[in-house]
Amino acid sequence: MALDDQAKRTFKVVGTRVGRPDGIDKVTGKAAYGADITAPGMLHGRILRSPHAHARIKSIDVSEAAKLAGVKAVVTGADLAIPDDEGFADIAINCLARDKVFYDGHAVAAVAATSKSIAKQAIRLIKVDYEILPHVTDVDAAMKPDAPAVQEGRALENVPAGMSQNVTTRCAFGHGDVDAGFAKADKIIERSFKTAATHQGYIEPQACLATLGSDGRGEVWCCTQGQYMVRANCAAVLGIEESQLRVISSEIGGGFGGKTSTFIEPVALALSRKSGKPVKMVMTRDEVLRATGPTISASMDIKIGMTNDGRITAARGELRYSGGAYPNETIEMGAQAAFAAYDLEAVETVGWNVMTNRPKEIPYRAPGAPTSIYAVESVVDELCQELGLDPLDVRLLNAARKGTLSAYGPTFNEIGLVATLEAAKAHPHYTAPLGPNQGRGLSCGFWFNFGGNTCVSLNINDDGTVGVVEGNPDIGGSRASISMMAAEELGVPYEKVRTVIADTSALGFNDITDGSRVTFAVGLATIEAARAAIREMCRRAAKIWGIDEDAVLWEDGAAVPAGPNAGTHPPMTLAEIAAVAGNTGGPIAGHHEVNADGAGVSFGVHLVDTEVDPETGATKILRYTVFQDAGKAVHPDYVEGQMQGGAVQGIGWALNEEYIYGEDGRLQNAGFLDYRIPVASDLPEIETVILEIPNPGHPYGVRGVGETPIVPPLAAISNAVSRAAGVRMCELPMSPPRLLKAMTG
Amino acid sequence: MKMIPVETTINGDQTEFLCNADESLLDVLRDRLGLTGAKEGCGTGDCGACSVMLNGRVVCSCLVLGVETQGAEVETIEGMADGETLHPLQRVFIEEAALQCGICTPGILIAAKSLLAKNPDPTDTEVRYWLAGNLCRCTGYDKIIKAVQKAAAEMRAA
Amino acid sequence: MAGGKEWVEVEASNFKQLLDALEVKHPGLGPQIKRGVSLSLDGVIYREAWFTEIGPENEIILMPYMVGG
Repeated sequence: MALDDQAKRTFKVVGTRVGRPDGIDKVTGKAAYGADITAPGMLHGRILRSPHAHARIKSIDVSEAAKLAGVKAVVTGADLAIPDDEGFADIAINCLARDKVFYDGHAVAAVAATSKSIAKQAIRLIKVDYEILPHVTDVDAAMKPDAPAVQEGRALENVPAGMSQNVTTRCAFGHGDVDAGFAKADKIIERSFKTAATHQGYIEPQACLATLGSDGRGEVWCCTQGQYMVRANCAAVLGIEESQLRVISSEIGGGFGGKTSTFIEPVALALSRKSGKPVKMVMTRDEVLRATGPTISASMDIKIGMTNDGRITAARGELRYSGGAYPNETIEMGAQAAFAAYDLEAVETVGWNVMTNRPKEIPYRAPGAPTSIYAVESVVDELCQELGLDPLDVRLLNAARKGTLSAYGPTFNEIGLVATLEAAKAHPHYTAPLGPNQGRGLSCGFWFNFGGNTCVSLNINDDGTVGVVEGNPDIGGSRASISMMAAEELGVPYEKVRTVIADTSALGFNDITDGSRVTFAVGLATIEAARAAIREMCRRAAKIWGIDEDAVLWEDGAAVPAGPNAGTHPPMTLAEIAAVAGNTGGPIAGHHEVNADGAGVSFGVHLVDTEVDPETGATKILRYTVFQDAGKAVHPDYVEGQMQGGAVQGIGWALNEEYIYGEDGRLQNAGFLDYRIPVASDLPEIETVILEIPNPGHPYGVRGVGETPIVPPLAAISNAVSRAAGVRMCELPMSPPRLLKAMTG
Repeated sequence: MKMIPVETTINGDQTEFLCNADESLLDVLRDRLGLTGAKEGCGTGDCGACSVMLNGRVVCSCLVLGVETQGAEVETIEGMADGETLHPLQRVFIEEAALQCGICTPGILIAAKSLLAKNPDPTDTEVRYWLAGNLCRCTGYDKIIKAVQKAAAEMRAA
Repeated sequence: MAGGKEWVEVEASNFKQLLDALEVKHPGLGPQIKRGVSLSLDGVIYREAWFTEIGPENEIILMPYMVGG
């Protein structure tokens, strides 16, 4: 569905800052999130987790727990099926371990009881006999051939023989003669980098309320980024049919990718089936940090050659990501994204995924891209410093543009990188004066953006209002933006449209809310559904007027006769057509089902000024500006909100956030006190500049905007800190002790 | 375990409840009284999502025992609007897009209201430090700070 | 995977035929095709669309199927 002719298109609703439909519920405490509902006769579930990084489960004795008054069910891994499909099987053994535990926090058994405190008591009565096994939590250590094997036999065919069993994937991307390219360089810099795993840090822990009968019929209420994903995972893990399981997504208290998998829903369903009662489960923050999605941790080598005038001649990257205790594909996205911002004659990126005794990696905003781009943008910055070149000019000189053969294969179409870099160069921030101990850094960022499977149903109500039914949880204001696109297409005011999110039984399959796909793909399907409804409304008007349906056009929310031969009928508005729908053929609706293609890639540039304290190693963010191509900003407030929120998550990643494991393989900072996400007083204003380079793959030119903003902060801040501190930083986070050590040698 | 009877005032209403000695005010509000506007983000007083007013002070209700509210005055997000009229902070938060997922919003509104009661004309830095105990992962805080300042200006002019 | 070759030649008029032909001609690609591949057709990425038409004038790039975020 290609871009409408922009020259002809002036938007009436899209691009305005309308109020959000969930606003009043959210400011008054009425909005119902995962943990906010109850059911009559409900039990409370709780999970027992492994205290060991790696151990064989010799036996589990649940008898004492089962005897405790108020305990109605106890389950272990044996109560879940192990599906044939490897992906589902990994989810099953991650929900409840089988023979081995793979990380500190791995779920081992669960109980359901009449109160939270009884459930808490009961899990302490479960006796697990562990045989402790050697563990490995560091990606480089896990890659050594003699490292303890986290799992065996999980390597794909693309991994060369003789490597550590922990290496599961090798991937490679690129083109051109890299060695010849390096030979042409005046300056080559090669550096190694490490980044810590971080957590999505959503404030709402995972929560669900589940019921499942012995007939295999059930319901789940939960906070998730994809109700259809929850249905598929639960059905596979419990051995029930998808048609019998209805999943309803609650309001979601943040996800950022972290709610694209299931941890507790299958366990709650198993407990419900066993007890015959509804079971509610809510994770604690400790459980969230120990057992749900951190990002990959990474170790990376980057080599780039440049001429004295700033042209990159060749680039090579070797990336080692650990996706935790399971095989993982995030490395493929990291390797593809690494050099995406550059127009390169010769580039090669090789990536490896390595298993460690850490929780299963779950995607976090632009999964894979922030770390690899951090490493690349750091080396580019150092080359600019060494050669005395302006870092923005060098990026402009080498920027990918329309027609560039990207480092990951495809040739770019219309992209906004050059415009974004030019906007950064023209901004007063770039030339503002800096004081002592201060440094300015910048970085490009990139994300592919997804489309994917999408269903939308759009109903014309008899009072002239419109109902849109879509199947993707609203994580960043998408109900508003979807209503806006429906209103735009139909030519009715925004207030006339209400968008709701369907449960799994009310609409066909939808991919999860991920990859910045919703505003693009659901928006596209909504526009198509609206066009289908418009065609039907034009047919009805044609019948009423007694003219050919081709002789009716839709303009400004009304059917109008087209041309002199169609007669002089006055326009019939949507409300007028809707009012007589019963007389003209019945209810009017439009629907659209698609696996949406054409998501346009998105580039951003971040500029940051930092000040480092030479005595403590603490870094202060003084000024921050985000530039990003949104294609077309449907709701500019929400686009800015994505840019600001992503930037601040990246600031956390750069400066503070880190999974810290002890020698014993246990996570040492499983709480918000020690896993420190940015707070209001850490930050300055986050300025935003939205650029609009239309995506040719969407009728309004929309590009996804949610992922890209977390990509540039890592390198932008590292470059600023390195310049301020006078020492090149190659490890994240740049916590005060780490920076102080680097500064004092 | 024997339950303890407690009499308190919540959002101006006399309220009686029974709770266990070890039960937090947050659990009492959410599980016994159906007031689910306060959220549990951490249970350790680090995130502020459960913020309520207790005798005129902002507290993390996860760190207060239910029995401690005997004879006290508790204000929660459910008591902030006056019927269908939103508090200026609530209205401006919607107008200025100062919320995304909204899970931290009740706690932030409670904390911001208490700030403006003490200091009707705060600087941005004062707002940032006052709200430093309320974590928000979506917004980057920028629009929250601007919304608090806009509501403060409106309230001063009123 | 395809014997170390970056560029391969097969006859096909849509994405499905392309994948089938590749699997026959380069069995090393079989496991990756089973795991899922996306097709980039003149820079536009198609995730699973078997019947996307392709011709000799098109630039076709195979990519791993992407998830998450």
